[in-house]
Amino acid sequence: MNGIVGLSTVELSGAIATGEVSASGALEAYLEAIDKLEPQVHAYNEVLVDHARTTATEIDAARAAGRPLGPLAGIPIAVKDNMCTAYGKTTCSSKILANFKAPYTATAVEKLHAAGAVVIGKANLDEFAMGSSTENSATKATRNPWDTARVPGGSSGGSAACVSARLAAAALGSDTGGSIRQPAAFCGVVGLKPTYGRVSRYGLVAYGSSLDQIGPLTVDVSDAALLTAVIAGHDTRDSTSADRGVEDYLAEVDTPIENLRIGLPDEFFTDALDPGIGEAIARAAGLYKDAGSEIVNVSLPHSRIDADAEGNLSSYAVACYYIVAMSEASSNLARYDGVHYGHRGEKDVEGIVELFSRSRAEGFGPEVVRRIMLGTYTLSSGYYDAYYNKALKVRRLIKNDFDRAFEKCDVLLCPTSPTTAFEIGEKTDDPLTMYLADIYTISVNLAGLPGVSIPVGLDAGGLPVGMQLIGPPFSESAILRAARMYEKISGVTRLVPEIART
Amino acid sequence: MSNAIDIDQVRHIGVLSRIELTDDQARELAGQLGAIVEYFGKLNELDTDGVEPMAHAVETHNVLAGDTPGESLTPDEALANAAARDGDFFKVPKVIGDS
Repeated sequence: MNGIVGLSTVELSGAIATGEVSASGALEAYLEAIDKLEPQVHAYNEVLVDHARTTATEIDAARAAGRPLGPLAGIPIAVKDNMCTAYGKTTCSSKILANFKAPYTATAVEKLHAAGAVVIGKANLDEFAMGSSTENSATKATRNPWDTARVPGGSSGGSAACVSARLAAAALGSDTGGSIRQPAAFCGVVGLKPTYGRVSRYGLVAYGSSLDQIGPLTVDVSDAALLTAVIAGHDTRDSTSADRGVEDYLAEVDTPIENLRIGLPDEFFTDALDPGIGEAIARAAGLYKDAGSEIVNVSLPHSRIDADAEGNLSSYAVACYYIVAMSEASSNLARYDGVHYGHRGEKDVEGIVELFSRSRAEGFGPEVVRRIMLGTYTLSSGYYDAYYNKALKVRRLIKNDFDRAFEKCDVLLCPTSPTTAFEIGEKTDDPLTMYLADIYTISVNLAGLPGVSIPVGLDAGGLPVGMQLIGPPFSESAILRAARMYEKISGVTRLVPEIART
Repeated sequence: MSNAIDIDQVRHIGVLSRIELTDDQARELAGQLGAIVEYFGKLNELDTDGVEPMAHAVETHNVLAGDTPGESLTPDEALANAAARDGDFFKVPKVIGDS
């Protein structure tokens, strides 16, 4: 690991501001790292060498001319390939968008540009962000930098892997049911899902519109604070974006929260949890307590996680989440018709409906087909009340549980995932088993809350374990401060996998 | 293998979803979708009488944009990703007479 890629975003930003490092120098250091490690990690769908070099040159020229630099000036950042960029391709790791060139750039990415960031590449994902391992990508299987026989998690697996292996200083991901936090946990990095509405979804290819949020993946909590502040804010192009000011999360992040009350949800610590992870979270709670925080027990009955005799997990929240997400997906993905953009299947096609159906059959991978079909089913006449409407009612019960819990505590502490990174191919045969990888993260999306996953340490096998801090709506500052407190009291931060150390 | 969804239902959902399915696919999906739908049934254990459905976590009211003209895509930009175009139109096979 050369000197530059060993820096955090905050540090590199400082070094570029003083002129100690140039934007072009920083970029070349990352391109060199990519040359070396990308053949093993497979994090990127596309490395935007020309675009990045041009942008870095512009930043250096701006600095030479004495123009003010943004807070991310010259920072090489990877963007999940489901965010539109007016340069390069936007594929969603799907065959149906394999050649799609977006005519505009997503608001969150525009905000990166305005802050001076250099978008270095588009990161791999599960097709249309549907998955928990990045194995559903039609492009390639991204590897976990801690053990390349294992998955990086998903769906923002490319984003998490490239931050973990230091193939970008930071990355943007998107989180519909855990797709930032779970890969962050698997790859030993920090991943934050903001409150629903905190970051504009304009230009994010829609999956589950009432659940999707864009957020950062970074090497430490301070970097997450900086990136969240840059991408957050009201946007008139997203009618669900929150019309309220953005705090300076980075300025606040080092201030510990006095008398912090941490809630442990009883229903999250059952037999369903891997004992190693349970112990790691208990140790973390103990460290907080020693540092003066209060630990309280809270209850989230409708997010309860159970395991049967064979170890099969179950949760109301998982059933609720998949009904809502698939219903919304079936509607959102109706736009891929082989007409306006995307793959067209037209061999021997007679009429328009056959054209739609052939294009979609050829363009969508198996998991996307399953989710569209299940969503079509749960929204169809005769099943709407039994499934979709029922799920929306359960969604309210889940949210009410959180509201009650936050009367007793400031933040919730729990695992990010029931296991550490699993092996490639381990769960691909049974879609339902894969869905349960999200069991600790999905309630947060259903309730629209902010959640951050940070590394709590390594397990006995040397794989990163993640812990999740969850707060009430728009408490990004509080969960980041609480996360930073853990970094300081535990000393666990900026974990670097072996592969990136030499 | 569950029978919550049979193969004819799978074919019907395929039509509604506008996705062509081979016989092998339909057979495999019947098992997979059936198992997942059966899992969804878990929600029936919960009493939700009188609970107001919640479609959005953040309850936003109508958000209206000002009726002000702005820049939009040019025809060439809008058509740039189309598989086939005819002048400033998207080109498709015949629509009339199709079901």
